Amino acid sequence: MQFDLVTPERKLASMDVNAVQIPGADGDMTALPDHAPVLTSLRPGVVSVESASGTDDYVVTGGFAEVSPEGTSILAEQAVPKAEATREMIEAVLEDARAALETATDDTRTVAAQRVNDLGELLNIHFS
Amino acid sequence: MPSLKDLKIRIESVKSTRKITKAMQMVAAAKLRRAEENAQAARPYAERMNAVLSNLAKGSADSPTAPLLLRGTGKSDVYLLIVATAERGLCGGFNSSIVKLARAHAEKLLSEGKTVRILTVGKKGREQLRRDLGDKLIDHVDLSDVKIVGYSNASAIATQVLTSFNAGEFDVCTLFYNRFASVISQIPTAKQLIPATFEEGEEEAAAMSYEYEPDEDAILADLLPRSIATQVFTGLLENAASEQGARMSAMDNATRNAGEMIDKLTIQFNRTRQAVITNELIEIISGAEAL
Repeated sequence: MQFDLVTPERKLASMDVNAVQIPGADGDMTALPDHAPVLTSLRPGVVSVESASGTDDYVVTGGFAEVSPEGTSILAEQAVPKAEATREMIEAVLEDARAALETATDDTRTVAAQRVNDLGELLNIHFS
Repeated sequence: MPSLKDLKIRIESVKSTRKITKAMQMVAAAKLRRAEENAQAARPYAERMNAVLSNLAKGSADSPTAPLLLRGTGKSDVYLLIVATAERGLCGGFNSSIVKLARAHAEKLLSEGKTVRILTVGKKGREQLRRDLGDKLIDHVDLSDVKIVGYSNASAIATQVLTSFNAGEFDVCTLFYNRFASVISQIPTAKQLIPATFEEGEEEAAAMSYEYEPDEDAILADLLPRSIATQVFTGLLENAASEQGARMSAMDNATRNAGEMIDKLTIQFNRTRQAVITNELIEIISGAEAL
């Protein structure tokens, strides 16, 4: 199936794949060909793409994924191949998220806190 | 009648002006290609975003629980105009055309008794608007240090706008920029950001019944602020390409005008020189005859 990973500035990846593992807001999910249409927002995490030529990992800091039977497209605010991602990059995002939590109103506090949490988890699992 | 020396100096001066405009034209052409590539690269994201949102919004635009960004505050008293122009001049009517559109818009709103606030992006627009709408300018975003606009610039502007919207400082927000049609044609455009509007996608038929995670409202609330940033970003990119395009054609004109001027001056120079020679000959001949 077709897989597209786009960021506001450019198209990062576009290829034919077998499966995509997506860090959804409500938990990880794997999209296979002929998956039912789903639209999910992403939490900061690693998108893992399985294609004929091997597995590619991308670090995303949020955005959303659109899964349809024909393919999966991920619209990420920020995305980099995992090999190029550094701890400092994630820490900078985490810093912003913490600042956002400081100024959050009652309505947005849970979301902001969740984001700080997810980023911390991402750092612990993949960049320790 | 100017002397030969004066003419020579003028020709030299126009020649060096032509060199400068020619160089600026070539720089603009190189930058234009870059800017166009950037605008192109950003298109898939913006299009997809628009498609998904318009799909989502159809379902919940009328529901009372829809986010304020989508259905508006229910009032239309205070308008925020974001006027995006260039940091530099010498690009034909690029800056003036945006300012003209924004000014007409502002004046119409003012005559209807609405409150207008203006946020300027780029120095040139601010300078032009300061004259007659100076008291409406609330803030200014300076991009003069930014060589290539990035998403982070747009995101910063969007955050500022959203903070102010959440604080209830305005009801409707419109972005003014130049849409890049071609090198010789840039179209000043007004795009309403809040309440959100969507361009109707061509792929109406592709509208699928998605399952939403976490749920529709949460996704909508998450996406709308992002979409503002995306639209600002698109505007800035289009602006950047338009600016270079406008500068390129303006400098092309200037180069051509300088060439014409050099031709005219050269003809004048040659005629004057000929006249001087003829004069001298007459003087010599009549002197010889008198003897």
